[in-house]
Amino acid sequence: MSPLKIKKGSTSHSAYNLRPNFSDVIERHTLAVLVENEPGVLARVIGLFSGRGYNIDSLTVAEVDHTGHLSRITIVTSGTPQVIEQIKAQLGRIVPVHEVHDLTVEGPSVERELAMFKVTGTGDKRVEALRLADIFRANVVDSTLETFVFEITGAPDKIDAFAELMRPLGLTDVARTGVAALPRGN
Amino acid sequence: MTRKMTGAKMIVQALIDQGVDTIFGYPGGAVLPIYDEVFQQNSIKHVLVRHEQGAVHAAEGYARSTGKPGVVLVTSGPGATNAVTGLTDALMDSIPLVVLTGQVPTFMIGSDAFQEADTVGITRPCTKHNWLVKETDKLSGVLHEAFHVATSGRPGPVLIDIPKDVQFATGTYTPKKPSVSHYQPPVKGDMNAITELVEAIETAKRPVFYTGGGVINSGPAASQLLRELVEATGFPITSTLMGLGCYPASGDKWLGMLGMHGLYQANMAMHDCDLMINVGARFDDRITGVVDMFSPKSKKAHIDIDPSSINKIIRVDIPIIGDVGHVLEDLLKVWKSRGRKTNSEAMAKWWKKIDAWRSIDCLKFEQKGKIIKPQYALSRLEALTKKYDRYICTEVGQHQMWAAQYLDFEAPNRWMTSGGLGTMGYGFPASIGVQMAHPDALVINVAGEASWLMNMQEMGTAMQYGLPVKQFILNNERLGMVRQWQELLHGERYSQSWSESLPDFVKLAEAFGAKGILCSDPDDLDDAIMEMLTYDGPVIFDCLVEKHENCFPMIPSGKAHNDMMLAGVDTQGVIDAKGSVLV
Ligand SMILES: Cc1cc2nc3c(=O)[nH]c(=O)nc-3n(C[C@H](O)[C@H](O)[C@H](O)COP(=O)(O)OP(=O)(O)OC[C@H]3O[C@@H](n4cnc5c(N)ncnc54)[C@H](O)[C@@H]3O)c2cc1C
Ligand SMILES: Cc1ncc(C[n+]2csc(CCOP(=O)(O)OP(=O)(O)O)c2C)c(N)n1
Repeated sequence: MSPLKIKKGSTSHSAYNLRPNFSDVIERHTLAVLVENEPGVLARVIGLFSGRGYNIDSLTVAEVDHTGHLSRITIVTSGTPQVIEQIKAQLGRIVPVHEVHDLTVEGPSVERELAMFKVTGTGDKRVEALRLADIFRANVVDSTLETFVFEITGAPDKIDAFAELMRPLGLTDVARTGVAALPRGN
Repeated sequence: MTRKMTGAKMIVQALIDQGVDTIFGYPGGAVLPIYDEVFQQNSIKHVLVRHEQGAVHAAEGYARSTGKPGVVLVTSGPGATNAVTGLTDALMDSIPLVVLTGQVPTFMIGSDAFQEADTVGITRPCTKHNWLVKETDKLSGVLHEAFHVATSGRPGPVLIDIPKDVQFATGTYTPKKPSVSHYQPPVKGDMNAITELVEAIETAKRPVFYTGGGVINSGPAASQLLRELVEATGFPITSTLMGLGCYPASGDKWLGMLGMHGLYQANMAMHDCDLMINVGARFDDRITGVVDMFSPKSKKAHIDIDPSSINKIIRVDIPIIGDVGHVLEDLLKVWKSRGRKTNSEAMAKWWKKIDAWRSIDCLKFEQKGKIIKPQYALSRLEALTKKYDRYICTEVGQHQMWAAQYLDFEAPNRWMTSGGLGTMGYGFPASIGVQMAHPDALVINVAGEASWLMNMQEMGTAMQYGLPVKQFILNNERLGMVRQWQELLHGERYSQSWSESLPDFVKLAEAFGAKGILCSDPDDLDDAIMEMLTYDGPVIFDCLVEKHENCFPMIPSGKAHNDMMLAGVDTQGVIDAKGSVLV
């Protein structure tokens, strides 16, 4: 299956090679959507997902090109290949959307997420938390006598793993940014 | 040339620059500055409707019958919310509209001000795009962009919400210029895909064209090319409800409409074909029925301008993204250059099969006794209006399906109906919009009495503007389509599906100063229809018809195309539990 790259304004664009296999396998895809940075654009994207019953596993958004008024939305979603193709095509229909990229199929990409964990405890548990944080290369960004706030960056898997380890050690709060992703190389 | 002017003046100026001649609207506090400008000019006619829903449907009728975008002007709050049904209707049926709404002044937005509603929020899912304009300097740019978005690619309704202070303030007007928008959907199809389709056409043994509203959206030239292609290949052609008129009903390749209430030969051909060429249709569930059983033996090609229509419901083998007109032009060129080949031997066999299906004559009915059958009423209407270049609108229900079955369309843009949303109350205001665009044409709205009552206030509009729209009401005193489903699905328990306390339609017409005609006897029907046609003004024709007539053929929910119910069948226990959850 080749990707459907929807780039507006190009006439070479074709869905000729678009041959999704209608399988039932649920796939997880990371989509990068370049949008005009105008009011309501995020509501349009989110409304599309809720209105059509698609999943959002994570979503991040920020302006990336101030002069060009472009924001980049990174969406992690899951669905059958047919649903993923629909999501991309539906995103492409939104008027202020400039480009839709499926980073999962367009070649290798890197994904990163930032998370903060508050761990509350004393004694051995507190020491163990600090030791594990070190192994995971998490930084302590705040501490009191009974709490640490760790900051960790990495692929979502790594953050999930860290969260699992912290849970029995007194994990009380988590804040995650959601995934930011870019294709590797050129 | 850029000029300074108020926001309100810019709006009127932009409409003039865009070639708008008619707008449909209703005033209110938040659009008073715009109405003041409307008052002070003569280029644009304003049609004062009686309800904002009527304004949007009228604009839809105007748009569908002309190919130009329809324009609506309504006030904030209730004006905007009343427009929502029409916007959704236009979105579902790909009708280009530009809707202007007033908004409370920018400094009051968010304060629950009088007649404030979050119009862009409410209409985001039911417009192709919408804008809230907070600066007068940006207004003219947005207005021109709105027309571009509404009419490019897959057409649809757009909305511009304009706060009152933005209307009063002065800013710079920029005239219409070639679009600089990044929104430029491609219209040319991929040549490799087109060539692949040509190869399939050359060898197909049992091909069928499955055409739809996209052909109408593409414009009259696309219909012309389609006709050329059908004549040249000799392939049979069917169409959805939305595509009627893209190929003439009098053409010998015409199979009639397909789908749930489509013709037997059309559905059988779709089921048994080996090559399905979808031209601007979207595999709606009224067409496919249960997708697993949909046309199992065919290779499928799909020409559509919207990539999201491709593989949404039915997986296709040859997707071609592009405008119908452009793609058909290239397709014909390639096919001709390769020697205009088709498999004529196989085609002769295929036509034999089709003719056998045709001979079932699935629309036959018998008019006996003293009660008018709705099918008879429409057959007579067809016979007596055939010679006119007429425009037909409908409401929603059984009468709509009978109109699609028994009226013949020879040209595009002559058939206005609410397909995707199925909005009762669409037809009457739509007929007003059509008549505004074609003042001298015969415009008929085929209606059910229940649907018609939903927007009957527009009688006032028809009278005020002297629009001789003919309201042809098939009055079965029932919510007929609902009643039919209750007969099929719910053991004939007719819960709330009858029309009680109906008005005397003749007196109702007279109360508005229009003409009313009542007809209940089949022997009087022709004369009554002639009376309607010759009267110069709006007519309400109350045609009392058989109350419990069912609309056939019908593919019951959960069944395949080759499993149709024809007239005269037993209606009990046809739909199983699995089918009954489908709508
Ligand atoms: C009570 C009721 C019963 C119904 N029963 C039936 C029935 O029996 N049979 C039936 O056919 N319908 C029926 N309908 C209508 C049905 O619900 C759909 O509205 C209709 O089938 C859709 O028509 P379409 O596929 O032509 O698509 P449309 O809604 O007209 O969509 C047009 C398609 O063409 C594409 N397009 C637009 N412009 C272009 C262009 N320039 N170039 C290329 N592509 C373009 C669009 O992207 C879209 O995919 C019924 C409706 C009601 C209310
Ligand atoms: C606004 C709206 N409400 C409800 C429906 C559901 N509905 C579909 S057909 C129908 C009955 C229409 O009755 P009528 O207009 O008399 O037409 P008939 O079917 O009798 O020809 C109803 C209630 C609808 N389509 N639209």
